[in-house]
Amino acid sequence: MALFQISEPGESAAPHQRRLGVGIDLGTTNSLVAAVRSGVPDVLPDEQGRGALPSIVHFGAEHTVVGESAAPLDGAIRSAKRLMGKGPEDLHGHWLSRHYRFDTSAALPGFVTEAGPRNAQQVSAAILGELKRRAERTLGDTLAGAVITVPAYFDEAQRQATKDAAAMVGLPVLRLLNEPTAAAVAYGLDSGEEGVVAIYDLGGGTFDISLLRLQRGVFEVLATAGDTALGGDDLDNLLVDWMLERLGVASAPEGSAQVALKELARGLKERLSSQDSVPVELALGEARWSGELTRAGFDALAQPLIDATLKPCRRVLRDAKVAREDIRAVVMVGGSTRVPAVRERVSAFFDREVLIDIDPDTVVAIGAAVQADALVGNRSQDDLLLLDVTPLSLGLETMGNLVEKVIPRNTTIPVARAQEFTTYKDGQTAMALHVVQGERELVSDCRSLGRFQIAGLPPRVAGALRIQVLFQVDADGLLSVSALERESGTVASIDVKPSYGLDDGEIERMLGESMERAADDARARALAEQQVEGRRALEAIESALAADGDQHLDTRERGAIDTLVERVRQAVAGDDRDAIQSAVQALESGSATYVERRMNASVRAMMAGRALDELDEPNDPSVSESTAAADAADR
Amino acid sequence: MRVRGVVHDLVGGHVAADAARPDLSADYFTLFDQPRAFAIDEGALASRYRALQGATHPDRHAASGAGERRWAVQASSFVNDAFETLRRPLKRATYLLSLAGISIDEETDTAMDPMFLMQQMEWRESLESASGASDPHAALDRIERELAAASRATADEFGQVSRAGDWSGARDVVRRWQFLDKLGREVDELGARLDDDRTDA
Repeated sequence: MALFQISEPGESAAPHQRRLGVGIDLGTTNSLVAAVRSGVPDVLPDEQGRGALPSIVHFGAEHTVVGESAAPLDGAIRSAKRLMGKGPEDLHGHWLSRHYRFDTSAALPGFVTEAGPRNAQQVSAAILGELKRRAERTLGDTLAGAVITVPAYFDEAQRQATKDAAAMVGLPVLRLLNEPTAAAVAYGLDSGEEGVVAIYDLGGGTFDISLLRLQRGVFEVLATAGDTALGGDDLDNLLVDWMLERLGVASAPEGSAQVALKELARGLKERLSSQDSVPVELALGEARWSGELTRAGFDALAQPLIDATLKPCRRVLRDAKVAREDIRAVVMVGGSTRVPAVRERVSAFFDREVLIDIDPDTVVAIGAAVQADALVGNRSQDDLLLLDVTPLSLGLETMGNLVEKVIPRNTTIPVARAQEFTTYKDGQTAMALHVVQGERELVSDCRSLGRFQIAGLPPRVAGALRIQVLFQVDADGLLSVSALERESGTVASIDVKPSYGLDDGEIERMLGESMERAADDARARALAEQQVEGRRALEAIESALAADGDQHLDTRERGAIDTLVERVRQAVAGDDRDAIQSAVQALESGSATYVERRMNASVRAMMAGRALDELDEPNDPSVSESTAAADAADR
Repeated sequence: MRVRGVVHDLVGGHVAADAARPDLSADYFTLFDQPRAFAIDEGALASRYRALQGATHPDRHAASGAGERRWAVQASSFVNDAFETLRRPLKRATYLLSLAGISIDEETDTAMDPMFLMQQMEWRESLESASGASDPHAALDRIERELAAASRATADEFGQVSRAGDWSGARDVVRRWQFLDKLGREVDELGARLDDDRTDA
């Protein structure tokens, strides 16, 4: 619990050991891990020197294989990211359900594998585990944490699923970062661009367009839109369809023939990026075709897909109230942006050259690595601050199946908004709250995020009680909702997880099933983590006390904190995880007042634009008021 | 079951209710070091916002303990809300009214200037016919420009009336302004629908 570390701009917080943070681009088709080494962000390759890890997993009876070597295996799972945070009802009509068999007996649909059912979170966990091993082998130490990127358009459930996947392999998540924001971080630091920037991200499986304002190290997301079911894969599928048509084959082949066709499609796509036409020889069973595919022919195939990406482009311009001519740069992300037709159309739409200097396949991981390095405290954070927005509106169901939006889309996060509701029947003692996400007016058109109830309300006539419902979205974009009835002080709350999401029990169970976590291993890790947490707490409070303990604490208060510090020190030396945890908690709550005084002082110093030691001016009403309030509450 | 749709400063209320938290809620103008008036220095507002987020944003406290991280989420949320309120002219006006102890109650008070109501109805009619017009985008652009001009005039009027301390007059201005704002949102929505139907670049 590093106490609010007060430092002058440009100066790093406290002297500490260098900690390892990595950036992970958990992609639909490929995943990457990158880290800042000697001040330079770079992708960490595997032992064969390959950067990208194909997002393919094979769960065998004995072994789990991840990446390239999983590709030829029967039953290997691809594109699992498309199912992150999805429930069984989402499978209906989904193209993945044509390629895989699913076990829908659990809350989350599982791919049927030789090792039993495995859901999308577990597939992602396997990929994250592989990347974590790669990073620890390359960097030679355990990771303090990772910044994991997600499409800006990911909803609550999908973000939560991503965090769950990381938890399954014991990878601490420093921050979930929107992919386009990560790309902007990579560019922003390298080129120092200022102004409004558009990030056009056409990946394998998703499309995102975001507008960001970059200004003196602050990246502010103005608006974001996209489509989670649109990507370069669709371009390959269009090419496969074209080939089948040439061959006169009506239905798509299965298995290896299909894989071969896709490979061929990808090859054609890549060659057409640099050539005007390529000869094509097709053979499938008895069917043969030979001819050529021209750039123009390919462009015509790609046109509807590119058109589909321009609609969200118009939408973000409208949402952000930015004119096209105000866009100063367009950053291209995702391998599909190498397709010349994509670059030309996007360039024409925004009426300017597009940026593609940083490899569009790695730019997201690079940006995530830069942010991870900042979050673990290796660089002065004054360089960088990301202000993100909610991708979709959040609201509550009200009478008549209608949605009352509480937080509109593109609101800067973190955010807390409250709205008042009242009882509609005399003597009503409970109220059901249904939290939804989406832009539509009707509840049935939006995504249900969860339900909870506030019960034990004092019986009153209809409309007499005021129930305040508070929505809070943290910096990762995760939502919690609480309800408060002031008269009786009744409260109820939930951390919103989708109704079909994982409860803690399920996560525990999956942890147990997870292939690489023996029970002892988990215990040892938990102890080690807790010891680190304990030492961090000690280090923080000691440096804080040394800096300004005398200023904010009287002798009695100081004595109480010193006692708690000593308890943490003893617990950390032992091997009882729970004891460390409770000692740290006791220290946290015992020093809460002190923390707040420091924070108040620091915030006010910053607000007043003065140095800390000039604080506590008697004539400043805001300072004296707040001090009085804090004192009244604490003494 | 909804009482009213006003999203008001309950964050501040929430923070104040739990007195163990720092009181950042003096008022938004003080927080942003601006005089309590409708006219505002947008550049200063934006740079203050960055400074405040620099101190409060959870990313600045990512390596810290749970209690401090919670504080950061609340403080940073509060700063976001304050900034949003101050930078949007209509929200700023409504907030000034609430600081002056004047509430805007849409449901009980229906008296409106008949001239304004007429103008409103005309806009609404042209909005309805816009999607069927031969060039719907041009029709929409025209309404958008008229609305923007009317909003600017209303904002100026609010500035004058509030400077003179005429809060009852200011309240009437805000109520008209709210109508314009709602129309503006409808224009935006129609524009988005038209954009979606269009396939050319």
